[in-house]
Amino acid sequence: MSNFPYKVVVGLEIHVQLCTKTKMFCGCAVEFGQAPNSRVCPVCLGMPGVLPVMNKQAFEYSVLAALALNCKIAEFTKWDRKSYYYPDLPKNYQISQYDLPLGANGFIEIPIDGGRTKRIGIIRVHLEEDAGKNLHTAGNFSQVDLNRAGTALLEIVTEPDMNSVAEVRALAVQLQRMVRFLGVSVADMQKGHMRFEPNVNLVITKDGSEYKTPIVEIKNLNSFRSLERSVAVEEQRQLNDFLETGRVMGMGNKTTRGWDDARQITVLQREKEEAHDYRYFPEPDLVPVEMNERWLNDIKAGLCELPIKKQMRYVNEYNLSDYDAGVLTAERSTAEFFVQVVDAGGEPKRVCNLLTQAGLKLANEKVCSVAELGITAGNLAELAKMIEAGTVSASAGNTIMQEMVKTGAAPESIAEELNLTQKSDAGELEGIVDEIIAANPKAVDDVKSDGKKCKKAHGFLLGQVMQKTKGRANPNVVSQILAEKLG
Amino acid sequence: MQDDLLNMDCRELRDGIAAGRIKSITVAEAVFERIEQYEPIVGAYITTFKEHALAKAEEIDAQIAAGKQVGQLAGVPIAVKDVLCTTFGATTCASKILENFHAPYNATVIEKLLSADAVIVGKTNMDEFAMGSSTETSGLKQTVNPWDTSRVPGGSSGGSTAAVAGRLCFAALGSDTGGSIRQPASFCGVVGLKPTYGRVSRFGLVAYGSSLDQIGPITRTVADSALMMNVIAGHDPADSTSVDEKQAPVCDYLEKLDEPIKQLKIAVVPQFNAGAESQVQKAISDAIGVYKNLGAEIIEIEMPHLDYAIAAYYIVATAEASSNLARYDGVHYGHRSENAEDYIEVYSKSRAEGFGKEVKRRIMLGTYALSSGYYDAYYLKALKVRNLIRSDFTKAFENCDCIIMPVSPTTAFKIGEKMDDPLKMYLSDVYTIAANLAGVPAVSIPCGFDEDNLPIGLQILAPAFCEDKLLRIARMYESRTDWHKKKPAIV
Repeated sequence: MSNFPYKVVVGLEIHVQLCTKTKMFCGCAVEFGQAPNSRVCPVCLGMPGVLPVMNKQAFEYSVLAALALNCKIAEFTKWDRKSYYYPDLPKNYQISQYDLPLGANGFIEIPIDGGRTKRIGIIRVHLEEDAGKNLHTAGNFSQVDLNRAGTALLEIVTEPDMNSVAEVRALAVQLQRMVRFLGVSVADMQKGHMRFEPNVNLVITKDGSEYKTPIVEIKNLNSFRSLERSVAVEEQRQLNDFLETGRVMGMGNKTTRGWDDARQITVLQREKEEAHDYRYFPEPDLVPVEMNERWLNDIKAGLCELPIKKQMRYVNEYNLSDYDAGVLTAERSTAEFFVQVVDAGGEPKRVCNLLTQAGLKLANEKVCSVAELGITAGNLAELAKMIEAGTVSASAGNTIMQEMVKTGAAPESIAEELNLTQKSDAGELEGIVDEIIAANPKAVDDVKSDGKKCKKAHGFLLGQVMQKTKGRANPNVVSQILAEKLG
Repeated sequence: MQDDLLNMDCRELRDGIAAGRIKSITVAEAVFERIEQYEPIVGAYITTFKEHALAKAEEIDAQIAAGKQVGQLAGVPIAVKDVLCTTFGATTCASKILENFHAPYNATVIEKLLSADAVIVGKTNMDEFAMGSSTETSGLKQTVNPWDTSRVPGGSSGGSTAAVAGRLCFAALGSDTGGSIRQPASFCGVVGLKPTYGRVSRFGLVAYGSSLDQIGPITRTVADSALMMNVIAGHDPADSTSVDEKQAPVCDYLEKLDEPIKQLKIAVVPQFNAGAESQVQKAISDAIGVYKNLGAEIIEIEMPHLDYAIAAYYIVATAEASSNLARYDGVHYGHRSENAEDYIEVYSKSRAEGFGKEVKRRIMLGTYALSSGYYDAYYLKALKVRNLIRSDFTKAFENCDCIIMPVSPTTAFKIGEKMDDPLKMYLSDVYTIAANLAGVPAVSIPCGFDEDNLPIGLQILAPAFCEDKLLRIARMYESRTDWHKKKPAIV
């Protein structure tokens, strides 16, 4: 019954909380997890008589993000009031940007299969203030915490250019990396620094005609997982709904559905009032912002190579896999540290392995970035060289790295101290190999026999040598000697 | 002796106090004695701060005795309109919805008064949220005109002008969105200045029409107005719309006050003045005569878009008001209905109970003007008219130093006379509104009396940020006339 070909169409509305020290229009600190209503002042509480003053840093961060999204930056932009009543909105209007957003008509490249990228259009980027939070944990009353009220919030609206869950995810990941690279947001989804609201519908082909299902906006998503799942679930729900009811897009039937993470379904919240009237008008308490070339150039100086470009460059320049390059470039400091280590003489693949294995594990434990572990690029390059030369094994390399973080000592001295250097001297190892061969005639016979048995016996003999040397023999060298001796 | 004291101007008083000739405490006590006697008749104040004020006065005397420097308003008893936030006393805006609201901060102008060592006497009555022209929309009390207690003091800063005229303080601050300083100043026979938009910080002024609101002084003389401006004018980093002093420097407004403007060129708008009562018209043309005698050249100009000022004003001001007053919702502070069953009712019932009729009317008007489908026809069109009025002024000022016109078409009207006819009330703002729409400074000074012995005001308008010139022009007239020396009968 569901054999009609269809295409899912997704556009995203994304809110990114900027990591400014203070709020958008007052001097209150932006800090989370503090006692309710402890980071507030008359301005963000919307007291009578207060006036907003624009946070210049927030504006510059927004322009930087808009530039990275290839937007056209407005020479003249202004503030508007968006009116609606809600207890977490102290003034009952939100200061936002309506008809003149600071950036528009941009795009972002997202990776798709086969190392290719797809261009997703960005309709607009604008800056606004966040609302507080209503808490419903006090029985008959709701409580309002306004610590978040007035925090700088960047809104990004994409074109409906995504046609699969994978593309939605790719965009979300790229955007998260981008704002982190630019240093404009911590972009932690769980903490609400980044909120995605997908607009989803389907274009279904049936009997040679195209049908568009009504657009649904999904809210309450607080992880990449829920973003992906909700789009997938909504896709299926819309298909089923179309097959049952034949309902198609029309005026005024855009709806909002909330994601229920426990039940893994979307739940109807409200029919989107096309008529919902926000009564936008220019904010008279703020002056418009005029962008001149000098200021724009100063902001442009903060631009950097964006994650996806860096990832592709690392693949080409350092011969890394797409996956490795992706892990390295997820964080800007890690990506930059990698280059420093390589420049200090580390072989790229070895350095990559050290950073993405032991490095990320250690960084997670210490809750810092890899670059902040306290290892110098020079020492890490040394360690990579030692592994490359076979002086230590790859697994010993990880142990050494752990010690380097702990003590700050150079890798050679740690290897010495912990007896982790490998025996790679063929002469010394030959003697041990001879002993093992003499002691294990059965295995030696097996090696000389057919394929499968041979491999197993070879492994057994190698294991014996390793045991005898307490793991310090270079397995490559031992293998080579065994092969030579047993032909 | 006490009357002599109360009739002094601020500058004389301050200099006497600073020199130790007059005790600040004597002045403060005299003012409160007078308040006790006449406030029950005039009803100018919502709150008075006797204890606070006397303590401040004693502190100033002690500082002077100790030989310390004191501020420009040392010991001068000053009243402030109850639309300015103060950490002492309530800030009510004469509204039930804020009747018990205590602000957690001082308005910038309050801080400036305090650091100039002014003695703040109390907070004055006004039209609710400054919406009105008679102080009758106050949700808390009635203020009468000291010249005739059956009449209104004008509005919305009627409490401040009545207090200054009635010698219940020496000077006051008001706010002017469409004439709320100038019109009551003219009704009460005092000097009221609306500075250029952006000259005085609005931080802590409870907003009515944010793009029009401006704080200004209400005084008995032009010199006192200049003195007050010396204290309150200037850029404030907390108000983005206050003007950078590099662009428009603040000057000492007293310095050249008594120097007449040479080759003064005054414009009048005959088309416009015709709407005023004949006694008002006569007083204005007499005033023009005074300027002629001083050697001024009088030219007649046209300002084609002034006729649309009222219409544009009541759209812009109410649109902004509808948004500015949205925050009074019973959720965070102010009146909360006890009959609300859910949060929607907290909003609707708190607002229904807390706001008066005129405020509700303007919120409705403004909400309508901003509604989708009407925005272009009303709000956007009003902004266009506003720009045309601005350019009328720009053109006019290319050919003259100032424009003279009446402040109000009538003198003070009877209490209750216009309350049932809002449109008639709105029309009484016809001469004052344009200055707010254009953002230019304008002053009202006493220029005569009608046959009922009610004061008439002369309005002078000058180019933006030319308050110094404006006050000098006003002073030229004042120095040749005695109108400002007349006192209401009750004084």
